[in-house]
Amino acid sequence: MTSQISHTQKSIIQFEIGYTQFLDPMGKIVQNLPEFTRDSEHLKILYRFLVRTRVFDTKAIALQRTGKLGTYPSTLGQEAIGVGIGSAMQSNDVLCPYYREYGAQFWRGVKMSEILLYWGGDERGSDFSDPRVKEDFPLCVPIGSQTLHAVGVATALKLRKQARVTVTTVGDGGTSRGDFYEAVNLAGAWQLPIVFVINNNQWAISLPRAKQTHAETLAQKGIAGGIFSEQVDGNDIIAVRYAVEEAIKRARSGLGPSVIEALSYRMSDHTTADDARRYRDAAEIEKYKALDPIKRFYQYLVDQNIWDKTKEEALQESVTKEVADAVYEYEHTSPLEPTAMFDFLYAKLPDALHREREEAAQLQRITTRD
Amino acid sequence: MTEITIKTSETTEKTEKTTGITLVEAITQALAYELAHDPDVIVLGEDVGVNGGVFRATQGLQARFGEERVRDTPLAENMIAGVCVGLGAMGMKPVAEIQFMGFMYSCVDQIISHASRLRNRTRGRLSCPMVIRAPYGAGIHSPEHHSESTEAIFAHIPGLRVVIPSTPLRAYGLLLASIRDPDPVIFLEPTRMYRLGKQIVPDNGEALPIDVCFISREGNDVTLVSWGAMMHETLKAAEILAESGIEAEVIDVATIKPLDMETILKSVEKTGRCVIVHEATKTCGVGAEIAAQIAEKGLTSLLAPIQRVAAFDVIVPLYRLEDYYLPSVERIVQSVLAVMEYK
Ligand SMILES: [Mg+2]
Repeated sequence: MTSQISHTQKSIIQFEIGYTQFLDPMGKIVQNLPEFTRDSEHLKILYRFLVRTRVFDTKAIALQRTGKLGTYPSTLGQEAIGVGIGSAMQSNDVLCPYYREYGAQFWRGVKMSEILLYWGGDERGSDFSDPRVKEDFPLCVPIGSQTLHAVGVATALKLRKQARVTVTTVGDGGTSRGDFYEAVNLAGAWQLPIVFVINNNQWAISLPRAKQTHAETLAQKGIAGGIFSEQVDGNDIIAVRYAVEEAIKRARSGLGPSVIEALSYRMSDHTTADDARRYRDAAEIEKYKALDPIKRFYQYLVDQNIWDKTKEEALQESVTKEVADAVYEYEHTSPLEPTAMFDFLYAKLPDALHREREEAAQLQRITTRD
Repeated sequence: MTEITIKTSETTEKTEKTTGITLVEAITQALAYELAHDPDVIVLGEDVGVNGGVFRATQGLQARFGEERVRDTPLAENMIAGVCVGLGAMGMKPVAEIQFMGFMYSCVDQIISHASRLRNRTRGRLSCPMVIRAPYGAGIHSPEHHSESTEAIFAHIPGLRVVIPSTPLRAYGLLLASIRDPDPVIFLEPTRMYRLGKQIVPDNGEALPIDVCFISREGNDVTLVSWGAMMHETLKAAEILAESGIEAEVIDVATIKPLDMETILKSVEKTGRCVIVHEATKTCGVGAEIAAQIAEKGLTSLLAPIQRVAAFDVIVPLYRLEDYYLPSVERIVQSVLAVMEYK
């Protein structure tokens, strides 16, 4: 005789992940728009930054293809996430980005020439010259590790009782790493002023989202840390901007951290060193082209009579010039001395390294490369 | 080979009867001093708060400085290291405790990929003035993973400092220096020395210099180079050798990254003989680097081959065999005698 055992005696906790979208892929309004959309001048700036980011990205790939830039990870198709984040932050907030968030970096004051310099093999590219970004972290390559730096930054802000917020971004792939889980866990435990934005572009190099985790959403990974977590349409600039701004407001007023999963799509290869045709069906890209964040916002602005063809042509021209100027600055940056390898290793070069530095100083300069 | 009687057992070691403090108490004293004098300093780690740390190195600090500045963290070592990078970049001076060096390996990515390079990769715009403290070494009958001496892993990494005290006085002065240093420091504390012997350590906030070796004993016949807990055996070996008229100069390297080779080379120039003693396994240990640099820069002053007395190239055994694993006073003495007799 066995008595009936109830597998679930009672429900302890349930969760849900909300999803926010304001503009559908055709640029049509699907729900009441947030307050900031009433300022059409501001919308134009948002649009300008989307276009800047794309024109920059296209140029960077061209530079790499012609041997003028090293390996470069494109942000094609994900521009709304970066620009949304950048526009939602205050200048004195701190950004700890992953490596495709150029839109956020440009908005905050990082120069295009600096991003080029970094991918062009020069550390000076992470020595941001604009004082507004003097505390922002440089982009982060090892995947997910920046989320812990952001938690450290947020701890410092909270300790010093400053009304500032840290925003960190991480790819879908990065949310598989322990660093991300550890960061989310500590942010929850210490109720830190931090916003995690997951830039879900559906691919971790060749591994598609479906094979990364059995979890239905990446956002729900935040639930495990006791953090408010949600999804937004990452190709809808209004949705990204709104969600990040709300999360930052909560963090700033002491209401703790948030996780925002922004759904987008990597229209490019992983980097210029990758060939996505090896693992990804070309038809998939065609499907996502229809969801393009810039096309969508353009349509909305045109429908609202905020934008037109003439304005578009003028913008394209001015942004192209701006990018060309950045490329000029990049290409005319003074060469590095070999001793530069030593100059920022420590605050003061230890005696043990003086001899090596001297040796480097004597190296014959390489002027051309085969 | 030798007629010298050797008393190797640690139990014969008589603890100095002084009113001084132990090495672990010197650590606490240095942390308290710096917490009291620099508002940017915070202490964090597992069980460092109300429990005072597994070795009691942070005993009483939370009661004195509050939960904000002496913080218990959840159990994730990599997280502790990563959070320190963010804190350091914002100008805080985090002093993290990892409970044992054997648990530091999950921090390696954050230490190597980020802490060591943040200054370099931002051309000095951001930096990492952080200290990661960890007890290290065998000889206290600990469980598995609690006896590691893998300092060479960190000594290999540009941008880091690796500092290892051997006495209470040096623990106090070197920890103050490490916290004040504007770059990341891995600060390794020899567990075997934590409560072995006391010294009077004035709480005057005076740091000792880092990046330099200390000459712990002067002598003209042979140079013994060591650090951490092995300084204990090395100095004992020097005393025994002195009884038969061999005067050893004993150098406490103290900062194993970057290395102060100048002091070591000067001594070897004087003595012509060198024996390096370390608790870590021999292959690619820091002793190999010291020997290589003597060979490169001081070969002509050598009267005999350089010798290394190190742990065997084996995994640290569970504690029943650890006394065989650790270099003994006898092995050091024998090695020195071989060097002295070399023709
Ligand atoms: Mg991805």
